[in-house]
Amino acid sequence: MRVYLDNNATTIVDPHVYETMEPFFIQKYGNPNSLHQFASDTHKPLKEAMQKIYTGINAKSEDSVVITSCATESNNWVLKSIYFEYILTGRKNHIIVSEVEHPSVIATAKFLESKGCKVTYLPINSEGIVEAHTVRDFITDKTALVSIMWVNNETGAIFPIEEIGEICAAKGVLFHTDAVQAIGKVPVNVQGANVDYLTMSAHKFHGPKGVGALYMKKGKELTPLLHGGSQMNGLRSGTLNVAGIVGMGKAIEQAIDALDFEVSEVKELRDRLEDALLEIPDTFVVTPRAKRAANTILISFRGIEGEAMLWDLNRANIAASTGSACASEDLESNPVMEAIGAEADLAHTAIRFSLSRYTTGEEIDYTIEVVKNAVDRLRAISSSYAYAPQGHESKL
Amino acid sequence: MMGIDSLIGGTIWDQYSEKVTCLMNNPQNMGEITQEQADEMGAKLIVADFGAESCGDAVRLYWAVDPKTDVILESKFKSFGCGTAIASSDTMAELCKGKTVDEAVKITNIDVEKAMRDTPDVPAVPPQKMHCSVMAYDVIKKAAALYKGVDIESFEHEIIVCECARVSLSTLREVIRLNDLTSIEQITDYTKAGAFCKSCIRPGGHEAKDIYLVDLLEEYQKEKLAKQADSSYDAPFAQMTIVQRLKAVEKVIDDNIRQMLIMDGGNIEILDIKENGANFDIYIRYLGACSGCASSSTGTLFAIESILKEKLDQNIRVIPL
Repeated sequence: MRVYLDNNATTIVDPHVYETMEPFFIQKYGNPNSLHQFASDTHKPLKEAMQKIYTGINAKSEDSVVITSCATESNNWVLKSIYFEYILTGRKNHIIVSEVEHPSVIATAKFLESKGCKVTYLPINSEGIVEAHTVRDFITDKTALVSIMWVNNETGAIFPIEEIGEICAAKGVLFHTDAVQAIGKVPVNVQGANVDYLTMSAHKFHGPKGVGALYMKKGKELTPLLHGGSQMNGLRSGTLNVAGIVGMGKAIEQAIDALDFEVSEVKELRDRLEDALLEIPDTFVVTPRAKRAANTILISFRGIEGEAMLWDLNRANIAASTGSACASEDLESNPVMEAIGAEADLAHTAIRFSLSRYTTGEEIDYTIEVVKNAVDRLRAISSSYAYAPQGHESKL
Repeated sequence: MMGIDSLIGGTIWDQYSEKVTCLMNNPQNMGEITQEQADEMGAKLIVADFGAESCGDAVRLYWAVDPKTDVILESKFKSFGCGTAIASSDTMAELCKGKTVDEAVKITNIDVEKAMRDTPDVPAVPPQKMHCSVMAYDVIKKAAALYKGVDIESFEHEIIVCECARVSLSTLREVIRLNDLTSIEQITDYTKAGAFCKSCIRPGGHEAKDIYLVDLLEEYQKEKLAKQADSSYDAPFAQMTIVQRLKAVEKVIDDNIRQMLIMDGGNIEILDIKENGANFDIYIRYLGACSGCASSSTGTLFAIESILKEKLDQNIRVIPL
């Protein structure tokens, strides 16, 4: 059995999405900007896909939802254009982000800091959540932008976006939210949440990789990051990723339709996994379930280094993560674990399981069994866990 | 590294040797040695810890040592860490077996890493995992120190800057100076320091250091600058003040000529420097053996004048008094 429980990193492309995209590779491959039938063949499917994307986040038709290459591009665009428009011109000097944003926000903020922009990195509380009042506390009359993610990629913690949106609107500060982990997991309504900018990425909701979007409220259109042939109304030049856009349209439509399934069936499986894992002694989970996306568990197994656990899971063909995909390459401890002030001993022990609507009960049962065996094996090796195998007495 | 191989990151696991994989899956020396077990062997039990969970790596080494011969009869480990940490600890415990404590102290992290290779030329672990084997090395020293009742520092006479490649401070200083190195890449090329976990390059890496490679580069640059400031060769001779001219001439003489004269029992004294039209006339006096030497008005004089011309100004004339 192969079990994929790393859906916060990326997801399987839904077969219907794949089917929808297929004609745009070898039949309808025209450049939408050209003047011939090949181009015209793409216009209707593109418009339908765009409508689905607008509907998916409840954008008004006069708003701009600009297709980008990925969420990283969308996040970079917001921060860098705000820098060009407000910071470089001296109108403002400050932006606010949370300390647990995705690297595409944190690294961009650090880059802007090196260019003279002041940046506040808001802390999270012990539940892994950014509290709305902290945003209010740090806004000054020189603050240009607040950028806070909707759902945290590592813990699944849902941040109080509506409340933060209200605070920003009242203070006249632009508000961006990275909703990459929110689409298809929680209801996302740009009008209800008072957001000016919103980032999404198709491959996180069973769409293709290489296509994302940035929502911009009417009147808040950003300076382009990519200049060129004036595609996307001049906001983002570059030949349209026709198949990608069509795929994202289908994917978001299905994700919104599956929202009820997500918060019932997927949640049930997640809870079953979580309950079973918490029965193992000395385990602990960040963020209460009610405040978390229905598909995510970030759990610590005391005495077991995260990569060692991934190793044993991978041997049993189970895919999980120690945090964000980047973190598993660069050996650093999980930033969220550090941010919530978890005991230092637990900083390297967090494992993330993230489910999807494709996860089955059978897969969950198998995973529970594998994790239990891995915990037994690795705690027996561990120098920092007083583990007594049954029938033995430990001297530790 | 730039270029095609740098653009798509592979997984670090793909770079583990088969041996590392096997040892992670089935460590051979995992476990503990109890006091009873040690007693049965008539051995002294040593339990040494190194590292900390909060840093992501910790290892505990158990030794049963024959107190008469100092031979390590049995060696076991426990480890909190990733696959390479477990495999390195296992290999380290294996390498200790049958050695005396003094021999075991000589096992380095590089020995541990080499023992885990499948083929002699291919590293057993990717560079960023090299620090896992360093801990294996450190815990041996700790165990040896416990056994001998001495301080762990007594096994390390050198300050090691790059633990992964075991490059000492004195080696680095020497190599940087001899080869006039100006970049981290050059240091890595010459010494392998900084090639592995990269903690020693600059602050902010996996572990904190007392001194980093960037500090050594800066130290050398400062040293070079100080030397240049000392030397008056920089400004054109014609633009120097009289004091600077005198110092510059003294320095050229010191660096190039005086030693030879002294060896022959002589010396030279600078009396004055005068501008004479386009020329600079430098008046000197020979001392000791030089004063009567035949060469003092021919060969030696010519040598002094040409070096001063070369180093300072073509219009210098040397006039012995």
